[in-house]
Amino acid sequence: MEFSFAIAVGFLTAAGVFLMLRGQTFPVILGLTLLSYATNLFLFASGRLVINGAAILGSSENYTDPLPQALVLTAIVIGFAMTAFVIILAIRARTDLGNDQVDGRESALDISAEYKSRKERRES
Amino acid sequence: MNVLWILLLPMLGIMAPLITARMGRTACAWATAIAPFAALVILLRQTPKIFAGEVDTWWQEWIPSLGLNLSLHLDGLAYLFALLILGIGLLVILYARYYLSERDSMPQFYASLIFFMTAMLGVVLSNNLIQLWLFWELTSISSFLLISYWSYRSDARKGARMALAVTGAGGLALLAALLLIGHVAGTYELREVLAMGDTLRFSDYYPIILVLFLLGTFTKSAQFPFHFWLPHAMAAPTPVSSYLHSATMVKAGVFLMARFYPVLADTDFWFIAVSLTGMATLLVGAYTALFKHDLKGLLAYSTISHLGLITLLLGLGSDLAAVAAVFHIINHAVFKASLFMAAGIIDHESGTRDMRKLNGLWNYMPITATLAMVAAASMAGVPLLNGFLSKEMMFAETLRQDTLGALSWWIPLLATIGGALAVAYSLRFMHDVFFNGEPIDLPKTPHEPPRYMRVPVEVLVVLCLLVGIFPQFMVGDLLNAASGAVLQRPVPEFSLSIWHGFNVPLAMSAAAVTCGALIYINRRHLFQFQGQFRELDAKLIFEGAVQQLVQRMTAVHEWIENGSLQRAMFLMLLLALAMMASPLFSMLAVEGLRPQIPTNWVVTFCTGLLIVSTILTVWWSHRRLRALLALSVVGLIVSIAFAYFSAPDLALTQLSVEVVTILLFLLALFFLPQHSPALDSSLRVIVRDLGVATLFGSVVGTICYAMLTRPLTSISDFFLANSKTGGGGTNVVNVILVDFRGFDTLGEITVLGIAALGIYKLLARIALAMPSADSNGIPWSKERRSVLLALVSQSLLPLALLVSMYIFLRGHNMPGGGFIAGLITAIALIQQYVAHGVEWMKERMPINYQALIASGLCIAILSGVGSWFFGHNFLKTWYDYFYLPGVGKFELASAMVFDLGVYLTVIGATLLILANLGKMTTSERLRAGDQ
Repeated sequence: MEFSFAIAVGFLTAAGVFLMLRGQTFPVILGLTLLSYATNLFLFASGRLVINGAAILGSSENYTDPLPQALVLTAIVIGFAMTAFVIILAIRARTDLGNDQVDGRESALDISAEYKSRKERRES
Repeated sequence: MNVLWILLLPMLGIMAPLITARMGRTACAWATAIAPFAALVILLRQTPKIFAGEVDTWWQEWIPSLGLNLSLHLDGLAYLFALLILGIGLLVILYARYYLSERDSMPQFYASLIFFMTAMLGVVLSNNLIQLWLFWELTSISSFLLISYWSYRSDARKGARMALAVTGAGGLALLAALLLIGHVAGTYELREVLAMGDTLRFSDYYPIILVLFLLGTFTKSAQFPFHFWLPHAMAAPTPVSSYLHSATMVKAGVFLMARFYPVLADTDFWFIAVSLTGMATLLVGAYTALFKHDLKGLLAYSTISHLGLITLLLGLGSDLAAVAAVFHIINHAVFKASLFMAAGIIDHESGTRDMRKLNGLWNYMPITATLAMVAAASMAGVPLLNGFLSKEMMFAETLRQDTLGALSWWIPLLATIGGALAVAYSLRFMHDVFFNGEPIDLPKTPHEPPRYMRVPVEVLVVLCLLVGIFPQFMVGDLLNAASGAVLQRPVPEFSLSIWHGFNVPLAMSAAAVTCGALIYINRRHLFQFQGQFRELDAKLIFEGAVQQLVQRMTAVHEWIENGSLQRAMFLMLLLALAMMASPLFSMLAVEGLRPQIPTNWVVTFCTGLLIVSTILTVWWSHRRLRALLALSVVGLIVSIAFAYFSAPDLALTQLSVEVVTILLFLLALFFLPQHSPALDSSLRVIVRDLGVATLFGSVVGTICYAMLTRPLTSISDFFLANSKTGGGGTNVVNVILVDFRGFDTLGEITVLGIAALGIYKLLARIALAMPSADSNGIPWSKERRSVLLALVSQSLLPLALLVSMYIFLRGHNMPGGGFIAGLITAIALIQQYVAHGVEWMKERMPINYQALIASGLCIAILSGVGSWFFGHNFLKTWYDYFYLPGVGKFELASAMVFDLGVYLTVIGATLLILANLGKMTTSERLRAGDQ
């Protein structure tokens, strides 16, 4: 069971990282969401996997570690706030910049061109 | 205790000039003088005790765990410096009253000056190394403020910046040295360190300590090759030059060398490094001084030269040389301060400091001329003046050392050359300015200064004479006490008298005077010779170096961060990958010893489903609605996983957050571009990113598996044991949230509130483009909302609220609590928004969500503050059991109030985000419909 859990976390991380490296805002937000699932599960895993051991006193013999749960609970809520913030930021960026690229430009070529012109300006 | 007042009075006195700013210039000066004067009186009352060798200390614990104490002491050396700082400080206050013009801000000047005075007193009185360093840096900062006092002048700004950069960098080196000293000695108390000379000298760290220490002191005391900042600090008003850059601040470096003389000296490394640096500084300073046409420039290089002399003496290694160093500290402070003041008077009354224009001032200001010439003669080392005595002692000591082995005779020879150069530049100061023909087109007709502007100069010059004629009577005891404090052992016999008979030092003095006069007479040839060399402007070099550094760093920065988030993200992930993966290489086995739970087909199926949905999310990431569907499946399985692995609270939270997130995504989709290219990057980039992502995922998965299969030792046993008895709840997760780690939770709901407010701000005045058709060109439905949804959701609302209330109330003992209840309430309300629209909700629920967040936070904080009234710590829970007929026994806990705060904040934040974004659609839609 631990193996399945670890594989799931690995897959979520990989997918999150891949999407985070995209240029458009929407996939990046999707990636962030996937990555926060992975992070929450990973943190949760630091308390190890226990079945039927909820940390409700009197409900079982072998309690699971409640501390990672408490940390993950707030992490979920804050993760939501962060996702919301990034979504709104993406909307705002789209209205202000006119496109939905994370770099605010249509393509990587624009950036390298700008970088070059900046360098030339500095050298002159 | 007295020592505390000596420091505290000037510290309080910083306010005096600011308070009396409007009472006129004289009143302001008087008020400023009160505190230093009182401190001086207290200091003088200590004189008998100090001369008897007693040490006054004061001590107060500050941060004991870090070895930081507030600790002061007053011994002979500290007394001498405090006397100079306060005494010359008072004279400078008087002088500055007449020096500053009507346009200059007097309170600002005086406040900075007293600030500096306090910092300097702190340096000499501190008995704790870290505290000493703190005051040391304060002298750099206050000196920056004073040099840049005429901040409209570019040279003042640049000079101040250079002084701060050099002395500040030296200060950092000094901090490192002091920390190492404290580490080796095991204490940061100076007086304890002073007794541990051998421990330090034989420590492995000694060379590092010494290099860092000398970097700190050499930069502060303008020793070669760090001397270049001092001439540029002359852009300061002359009272500042006279106070900081001759009498006190630049002496801080030699003070520290004298202070640590008993622990750091007495090694070959010290002798060579200190004496040679001192000698180089002495010669470079004296030689350069000769060619300066600016009066203050000449004095600045002369100061450098004299500081070199003191350093040289401290590096010679004999006890008498240390006594001579202390003696010269006194003498130099007295004659150089008066010379700077005289230069200031000349500048003030004639309008220039250029010695090519200043000639024959004797006819215009005979009294000032006499005073200046006496002081200059002292600087040259003429008999019957104080400068002569210490210079004789210096000559005598150079003869007695063997620093350079068989070449040790260089030292007295070079010292004599230095002495000759000093005579030459002193002669230039006297002859060029006061005689040598008539002045050449001065901006003003020179005349004597106001009566009281001359008083400080008079006092100091009288001191020069008195010390020069009655040395034993004037400074014998002071010198004895201060030298004793420097050496930390009995002071050798020294004789302070004018006449020691015909001996070699006297011959050296005579030779210096003769050669100096010859050099001055033949100065024209020397000037011509020097004129062949291009003059280097340290300011230009320094500024150039700084700019080049900035440029290089900018280039490096732009190479790393070229403005592309994608690129930055990629580099950051690579770095994280390298850091995460490297420890794994040395790990022998992935699998640990913890017994694993046997898997079953449900788990396998769910894992498979999760992986498939994850891949689909990526695959459909450009087909947005489908990607969201896949994403929600992932979220659902994560919730199920939480529920399955004994985390009911997490499952509930994840589920409700899932609903809100998906709603938010749907809203966002409406505003983001409808069309997007299937592949937004080239195939090469896709493959590269896939590679990194795969590596990343495999590393994280490996770590996760390694962690899961290893046994757990946790601090949670404490929480499990004390949850019921201490927190009054059986749901340990909730008790941790609201009690054990309540402060964390408070911080987290604050973050939530801030994020919501940030979103509110981002949405303010946004000019959203409203799509009127979907991606296939089909116009959005005109029908505003569905009647069925409205009916169902409206009837569901009371039920949802009831459930959330139930979840909230039972949270302390069963899965639930403020977070989950808040989310459920928020979802119930959002459903009404979806079904009925913003206007409908606004009419029926006129709640300001910012206020809701604020009140939630306030309730949470107040519930924590409340426990203070019962003598408990912040957020400590109180609970008890009550009985009501009909209800039965029930529990009330103060944690519930805190949870209420959490509940309200979560509702406020969630609704603030969603309702505000939702509002964008409706108002725009209405406008579109109107057209």
